[in-house]
Amino acid sequence: MRHTLSVVVEDQAGVLARVASMFAQRAFNIHSLAVGPTHEEGRSRITLVVDAPDVEQLSKQLYKLVNVLKVTELAPGEGVESEVMLVRIAATPDTRGTVVETAAMLDATLLDLGPNSVTFQVAGDPDKLGRFLEVMEPFDVIALVKSGRVAIAKDSARAAARAAR
Amino acid sequence: MTTDTHITGAQALITALEREGVDVVFGVPGGAILPAYDPLLDGAMRHVLARHEQGAGHMAEGYAQATGRVGVVIATSGPGATNLVTPLQNALMDSTPIVAITGQVASHAMGTDAFQEAYTTGLAMHCTKHSYLVTDPDDIGRVIHEAFHLAGTGRPGPVLVDLPKDVLIASTEVGPAGPVVLDGYNPTTEGNGRQVRAAIELLEQADRPVLLVGGGVIKAGGSVELLAFAEAANAPVVTTLMARGAFPDDHPLALGMSGMHGTYTATTALQRSDLVFNVGARFDDRVTGDPATFAPEAKVVHVDIDPAEIGKVRYAEVPIVGDARTVLLQLLTRLEKQRGGDPAPERRKWFETLDGWQQSYPLAYDQDPDGPIKVQYFVDQLQEVTGGDAVVVGGVGQHQMWVSQFWRFTKPRSWINSGGLGTMGFAIPAAIGAKVARPEDLVFALDGDGCFQMTCQELITAATEGVPIKVAVFNNGGHGMVRQWQRMFYGGRFSGSDLGDVAPDYPALAEAMGCVGLRAEKPAEVGPVIDKALAIDDRPVVIEVVVDPDEMVFPMVMAGGSCENVLLGPEDL
Repeated sequence: MRHTLSVVVEDQAGVLARVASMFAQRAFNIHSLAVGPTHEEGRSRITLVVDAPDVEQLSKQLYKLVNVLKVTELAPGEGVESEVMLVRIAATPDTRGTVVETAAMLDATLLDLGPNSVTFQVAGDPDKLGRFLEVMEPFDVIALVKSGRVAIAKDSARAAARAAR
Repeated sequence: MTTDTHITGAQALITALEREGVDVVFGVPGGAILPAYDPLLDGAMRHVLARHEQGAGHMAEGYAQATGRVGVVIATSGPGATNLVTPLQNALMDSTPIVAITGQVASHAMGTDAFQEAYTTGLAMHCTKHSYLVTDPDDIGRVIHEAFHLAGTGRPGPVLVDLPKDVLIASTEVGPAGPVVLDGYNPTTEGNGRQVRAAIELLEQADRPVLLVGGGVIKAGGSVELLAFAEAANAPVVTTLMARGAFPDDHPLALGMSGMHGTYTATTALQRSDLVFNVGARFDDRVTGDPATFAPEAKVVHVDIDPAEIGKVRYAEVPIVGDARTVLLQLLTRLEKQRGGDPAPERRKWFETLDGWQQSYPLAYDQDPDGPIKVQYFVDQLQEVTGGDAVVVGGVGQHQMWVSQFWRFTKPRSWINSGGLGTMGFAIPAAIGAKVARPEDLVFALDGDGCFQMTCQELITAATEGVPIKVAVFNNGGHGMVRQWQRMFYGGRFSGSDLGDVAPDYPALAEAMGCVGLRAEKPAEVGPVIDKALAIDDRPVVIEVVVDPDEMVFPMVMAGGSCENVLLGPEDL
């Protein structure tokens, strides 16, 4: 099962290593990981997309790390997710027009234009990134890098949950 | 005048340790930790110089297991720190509170592969509850305070503090010992009231309940509460290896240890039970065997201070996160309230069944008066001579299982052993730590010859530090448990399990290390040699006990096998 976890940690040396290493130790597979500061000083947020059969056990193991402050599982529909992808596609002067035109239709940003390739940035929810790659499949993808997914709980979903209670 | 308050980081460390009430540290010095050793000489704390850092670590564990207080080990950088990995992992697995203080190369040298450099906090990541690298001398006092708090509260465990040499030398000030503030650490000690009620409801409905008691009850100091609860509940009690002594073995409700080498009755009681009421045990694989076939008809109540243990191996219908002693009191109160003066369920049929098993399948061994000594016989004799009034410390292997089976434990903290990690060589250093902590008590290490050869150099520590422990070395010429498995599962091919033709002369070796060396080779010599050992109290005593190399430990449940299949003896193979 794939799960998205949002983990608030104390911004201290080695905390990312502790989190990542615990996953390795317990044989939980990390699909994507993104880390960065939050709006609060001294707090970072790690967004993890993981494959784990038992997300409750995973969450409990995270809480055992002293520097972990809060673990939230974002079930499908409960969070908004975003990811940035840079893609370089082979394009000769003959094909360049088609490539750029197609990419523009998919809301990609042209970042670099070279003699034999074009590089795009695609940002947004994971479906958008997937769609871009699907459509671009006939062309030759030479390089691809993803930022790792970031996610945050939807306030609207929280409001709905509060209302349901 | 402000200069009066300026001290070095090392002095801040010693002050912080004294504030925590530390009376003894076990350690080995070296280059990076030297600044801390200098003020140690002036302080009130005792330093016990171990012969190897692993020994120092196990001594700290023995001290902690014998008292419940936090044990302290101190070592230098690099090899000093790497030698601590085994005791740290051992303490993690058995939830033993220790603080390890390690020197580190100077900050500017870190990351350069400097002499005696190891990435200690990296090494410690998976063998501690938490670890610190201190980069500012002003943090030393706070970090030590936090380390002791983390080690000793919640689920106890090892905490490591790594101190670069320049941080120990640098100037700092004596700060006030403020309260510990750890936003990410707040263990739950009191059980949820609704779950406590649900647990009692399940208990009262159960026809065949079993209290499965783990080491958590001993850590929590909850033996008295356990006794009261078990009697009020009128439920039989199984104690895991780590819980031996948590409940008196001479009590009518006691079934002893269950699992791989547990009694038939304890193991089978869990298998047939309709309620496993687990207090402070973690459903270790040595207890459950194949978890899919463990206690198949039972509902589960699971009380544990560590939420991650609940549901990890076995689903719990009623999970209760909390301190074992606190929750036992809550359970008792709730039970009495619910009954409102009515008597406990009799469960006569269940107790008759258990009695029948106990009579049909008791723990037994056969001591031929003219044959080789059996470890079980030695254990029985030691119990008889001492009246059971001793702290017994085990190594790992066959002898450990026999002690756990045959010693009739009546008090908590009277059994010290390496349960989770199974660290051979644990007994001698752990016994030293225990004896340092409880000098008035008889501390008797029961060790295998394989174990003994791993850490026996610590007997020099015992002799020179005036720590008169007793050690029985069971000489069967090999690694007995390995040999048992090779006999059972590898067609009797004893690969690498024979200690060879040149066995040390154990009494002579003991004498060479400043101890008294004794030997027993025949059953008739066992009683007298124990008497002799007990009469000596100015030096450590080592008794070589030449034992039957062919004896095997039974009952036995195969590793990973089902607890339905308890092998009672070699005839069941």
